Amino acid sequence: MAATPPRATRRPGPLQLLRGYVIRHVQTMTGALGRLWQQPLANLMTVAVIGIALALPTGLHLLVENGRAMSGNWSSTVDVSVYLRKDTLPERVVAISEELADWPEVASVRTVPAEQALVEFAELSGFGEAIEALENNPLPDTLVITPGEGYTDAESLVALADALRLVDGADIVQVDTDWVRRFNAILDLIRRTVGLSAFLLALGVVLIVGNTIRLDIENRRSEIEVTKLVGGSDAFVRRPFLYSGFWYGFGGGLLALALTFISLLMLRGPAARLAGHYGSGYTLSGLGWSGTATLLAVSALLGWAGSWIATTRHLRQIEP
Amino acid sequence: MIRFQNIYKRYPNGREALCDLSLHITPGEMVFLTGHSGAGKSTLLKLIALIERPTRGQMIVRGQNVTRIGRRRVPHYRRQIGIVFQDHKLLFDRSIYDNIALPLVIAGLPEREIGKRVRAALDQVGLLGREKRSPIELSSGEQQRIGIARAVVSKPPILIADEPTGNLDPELSLEIMNLFKRFNAVGVTVIIASHDLGLIERLGNRVIRLSGGRLAAATGPDGRDAA
Repeated sequence: MAATPPRATRRPGPLQLLRGYVIRHVQTMTGALGRLWQQPLANLMTVAVIGIALALPTGLHLLVENGRAMSGNWSSTVDVSVYLRKDTLPERVVAISEELADWPEVASVRTVPAEQALVEFAELSGFGEAIEALENNPLPDTLVITPGEGYTDAESLVALADALRLVDGADIVQVDTDWVRRFNAILDLIRRTVGLSAFLLALGVVLIVGNTIRLDIENRRSEIEVTKLVGGSDAFVRRPFLYSGFWYGFGGGLLALALTFISLLMLRGPAARLAGHYGSGYTLSGLGWSGTATLLAVSALLGWAGSWIATTRHLRQIEP
Repeated sequence: MIRFQNIYKRYPNGREALCDLSLHITPGEMVFLTGHSGAGKSTLLKLIALIERPTRGQMIVRGQNVTRIGRRRVPHYRRQIGIVFQDHKLLFDRSIYDNIALPLVIAGLPEREIGKRVRAALDQVGLLGREKRSPIELSSGEQQRIGIARAVVSKPPILIADEPTGNLDPELSLEIMNLFKRFNAVGVTVIIASHDLGLIERLGNRVIRLSGGRLAAATGPDGRDAA
């Protein structure tokens, strides 16, 4: 049992240094995860809080995105009705109908002659007898126009209606875009709310992780002291806490993902039924790959940030 | 190796721990610091480890003036000093192996090299084969030897110990001191604060006696006065 003399260690090359650096980071990363596993219940609670906080804005975001997609879907079912002047001759009606059918923003034109319109109205309104008492047909010939693909958003519909009003023989042009606009305005409001709540909840996540890491630092005080005494740099002492924060955030992101996925599954049926009522085959869409990646990256980053703040504030105070 | 020039240390509470202290410890020397409680032994060791900074004076360690080196350079400086504490400062939630490996992990050594060195250090303190156990299972004397193994595992040129035998019976104390002597024999500069005068005299090294933060007396290895 002989003591060894102090000796200068060989200087490793840059490649070895890099390799050692990467290995140490991976070790710290997995070590931090292992340490979190040692207290699964307490840490899962933290992850659950983060997950729920992140699931809320994620879910609302999906709601808005789906709402937007849906409203686009619905406006394609909107027709534009052109009521022609009463004095328009039948030949002229055919001419206008043929002319409009050539417009690029028009998919199809259906002519509803005044007589047919009256019959339909009598059937649908229940005013059959009153209408029979009328001497002349008060209804004009009508052209029902279905907008072409790509011209179904509210703005295009308004533009189409404006153009139709200039057509010789057109009396009243009716397009029901108001509800689309209102719906879009509501979505806009919700989107703002989502943004605001996402910001506040992200802040909350940072604070939750920061506080958890602060307690962790308190609990590992002696370890930090000893590490500093044997030459551990600030970065070395800090690294495991940063990775803990990373894992908290990442775990929360995974949970948020799971929660959104489950909610989506639960809502898919009712949403399809609702779309069915509007004659649309729309189905709810999820986050997709980029959305998933963004959620996980943002959540991990938030955890890292919370830990960064906590370690910056508290590690300095612990000196041997 | 270590040179103190007119060092003063005053704590924030106003207590003057060291007062105009000058001394020189040569490379490869083994030195004992003695004196009553509050004489400044611990403060002196804390200054060497840069746990505390001197209020005034110059401190030169291994040819480098470390009196005012920046906070960020302290960790690197400390890696050349092995520190042994009276209360061991072991981490009980880790295995003996992990405790001893800590300085090597910090230095960024590869895993295989760490394993070799940890076992060598355990061998040197006579506790080989216990690396997987927890330090809490060990006796106080064994815990202190683990503390020493951790201090020497990175082969630092300087070893400082603050009352390393404070809690041990005379037989164990002698064992620990002999361990330090062995490290000194291979060239490590060793500085030990202790008030176990009987034990120190038996070992026959230079003794620096502090009193009220000043140099009271220094005895050479052969008993002659020396400063």
